[in-house]
Amino acid sequence: MYKMIEAKINGITVEVKEGTTVMEAAKKVQIKIPTLCKHPDLPPSAACGLCIVKVKGSNKMFRACCTPIEDKMEITTNDPDIVEVRKTVLELILSNHPNDCLKCGRNSNCELQSMASDFGIREDVFKKFLRDIPQDSTTGTIVLDPTKCILCGRCIEVCQKGQDVWALSFLQRGMDTRISPAGDIKLSESPCVKCGQCSAHCPTGAIFEKDDTRLVWEALKNADKYCVIQIAPAVRVAIGEAFGVVGKNLTKKLYALFRRMGFKAVFDTNFGADVTIMEEAGEFVERLLHNKGELPLITSCCPAWVDFMEKFHSDMINHFSTCKSPHEIVGTLSKTYYAEKNGIDPAKIYMVSIMPCTAKKYEITRSGEMFASGFQDIDVTITTRELSRMIKQAGIDFLNLPDEEADGLLGEYSGAGVIFGATGGVMEAALRTAYNIVTGKELEDVNFIKTRGLESIKEAEIDIKGTKIRIAVAHGLSHVEEVLNRVRQAKKEGKELPYHFIEVMACPGGCVGGGGQPYNVTDALRLKRSSAIYQDDKDKELRCSHKNPYVKKLYKDFLGKPLGEKSHKLCHTEYKARPIYIR
Amino acid sequence: MKKDRLQADLEGLVKKWKSKKGNLIMILHSIENIYGYVPRDTSLKLSRLLDVPLARIYEVITFYNYFKLEPPGKHNVSVCMGTACYLRDASSLIEEVEKILHIKEGQTTKDSMFHFDVVRCLGCCGLAPVMMIDEKVYGKVKKNEVADILSKYVKEEE
Ligand code: SF4
Ligand code: SF4
Ligand code: SF4
Ligand code: FES
Ligand code: FES
Repeated sequence: MYKMIEAKINGITVEVKEGTTVMEAAKKVQIKIPTLCKHPDLPPSAACGLCIVKVKGSNKMFRACCTPIEDKMEITTNDPDIVEVRKTVLELILSNHPNDCLKCGRNSNCELQSMASDFGIREDVFKKFLRDIPQDSTTGTIVLDPTKCILCGRCIEVCQKGQDVWALSFLQRGMDTRISPAGDIKLSESPCVKCGQCSAHCPTGAIFEKDDTRLVWEALKNADKYCVIQIAPAVRVAIGEAFGVVGKNLTKKLYALFRRMGFKAVFDTNFGADVTIMEEAGEFVERLLHNKGELPLITSCCPAWVDFMEKFHSDMINHFSTCKSPHEIVGTLSKTYYAEKNGIDPAKIYMVSIMPCTAKKYEITRSGEMFASGFQDIDVTITTRELSRMIKQAGIDFLNLPDEEADGLLGEYSGAGVIFGATGGVMEAALRTAYNIVTGKELEDVNFIKTRGLESIKEAEIDIKGTKIRIAVAHGLSHVEEVLNRVRQAKKEGKELPYHFIEVMACPGGCVGGGGQPYNVTDALRLKRSSAIYQDDKDKELRCSHKNPYVKKLYKDFLGKPLGEKSHKLCHTEYKARPIYIR
Repeated sequence: MKKDRLQADLEGLVKKWKSKKGNLIMILHSIENIYGYVPRDTSLKLSRLLDVPLARIYEVITFYNYFKLEPPGKHNVSVCMGTACYLRDASSLIEEVEKILHIKEGQTTKDSMFHFDVVRCLGCCGLAPVMMIDEKVYGKVKKNEVADILSKYVKEEE
């Protein structure tokens, strides 16, 4: 039982559990305390000083973000004094900030900018002290601009604790404090896995996605190019947020949008997900029944996870599914299968993929297998946030477009294809098909509820024809080690393996919470995005990858059989151990 | 040779401190005391031996002024960038030192002869712009005098 606490905030009585902070309690009674450092996802860092409040009986001001509310406390969150102090704090923060808004990746989307607007900042009150630190765009995925850093500590919390990567840290102290990889190296020489979670949590333009939208516009303008496009599952349920619509699946509007932007063919990453499942479920069954490869099988469609594994857990390489990620498969097939079927010169095809993810920008040139078609399979990847800017630039009233369909050949998808976007989805999709391969029958109930939801490590046991299959699903890289250590331990002691199949996604919530998704993500929002995905699955007549008629056609007309020679060449990849630090 | 010794020392240090609280900072202190700085590959090894992320080690090293990341030079060259010196164009002295020694501030020359730092007010603003080598203060330094001043220290060696 929790102890309940009764206190007063601005004269309003509030009753909350013991341990609730003043800021959280205030929210309960519709009072918003300004903050630049507290993110609802993360513990308070108490860095910015904007959240100060008064407590009756004390002449000190308290930080609402990290002060637990106490019984009978009487709190004032706003009076002319408080506003004045907050304004000064903000002016001090701004004295270290270049007034660069017009050229900034966060223009109109920046927490510091809106705070300056809310507080009516009209002049530089303090002498400017700007830091002269160059931008770092060496990873080709995210850009660090430490001159815009307000030292809130969110990225560091996310990178160190949330992702367990420790690429970023605060170096030095006082006036000289700055974000940086350890020592003066570039981010590409650091352990950074390009997940982009830092960029999704940064309140300012100090970390943002590398903008590749110009490449897309240029390709569309080029008459020699045959531009095609695909969207990832998680994009369709989040892009609406940039236009004020939350938790809505906008797949068919996006298809229409892409044709209006000038794309010649519109594909869907979900189709690639169905193909990934054909290969990966096949791989799983081979390992399970025929001893061809090590168990547990571990999913590999998240490039940040792949990078993390190659750097920190390379002893697990043999457990990794060799199957390429869905968008890579659509990329390869667009320049082989689709090109062949339609008599198009694959050299002219320009493949754009829209991803919730910054790491996908890295994946497209990750290794030689990403050129399986004989060309770079995917020419450019842009994130959901970049797409929202392109829609605005194009001046298309996107939400009111009529619905359209994708180009079937690489566009039709099953319910299993779309759930890839949420944590547990790949597992669920693979089990649906693995069951069919092993038993020759169809599942009566395709829903594996236990793999869904935001619990950080999910475990379940599934009966396939008398064999008990044990699975684990982890999301957020800091939860991986625990799962892998259980496997290592069992292997070392020669005990029965704890799992047969493990799914990992780097981002909390899976790709719906991806590092390239719209800002201000919280667990509530992750759940809204995923329920739109599960709704799409539920509404589909065909819920299993192996039932997708276009997948059947692909294997009949082109690939042969799953794990066959051709799919091995086009749809699989390899891994190698990589150093954690290059310098 | 030096490398081998370093490796042996490091393992000894880690063994000594491994189970103790606050071990990281104690080990870093010992390394700094022995070598006069904390070399990057030592930090990398330490990170592996202690299973502490390199980023954490650098947070500690850069937080305390005590630790150096560069090998010490035989002579420490400092140029003051306090307000008075700044106004008297100390930045041109910095450029000049960097040009002559081929290093940036905070670095040491390859032959370990000079280490160069930019510092805050040295407390003799009347003499601005001020440059200091080891304990000796040079006041009202002109850009074209820098080379001469530095060369004295090289000659001394010969
Ligand atoms: S992209 Fe991910 S791994 Fe890289 S610095 Fe940001 S949070 Fe850390
Ligand atoms: S880079 Fe952004 S998230 Fe990281 S500390 Fe600076 S302002 Fe905060
Ligand atoms: S979970 Fe999804 S969005 Fe996040 S890094 Fe992996 S693939 Fe990208
Ligand atoms: S919100 Fe409390 S210090 Fe920033
Ligand atoms: S400012 Fe250079 S000595 Fe004071």
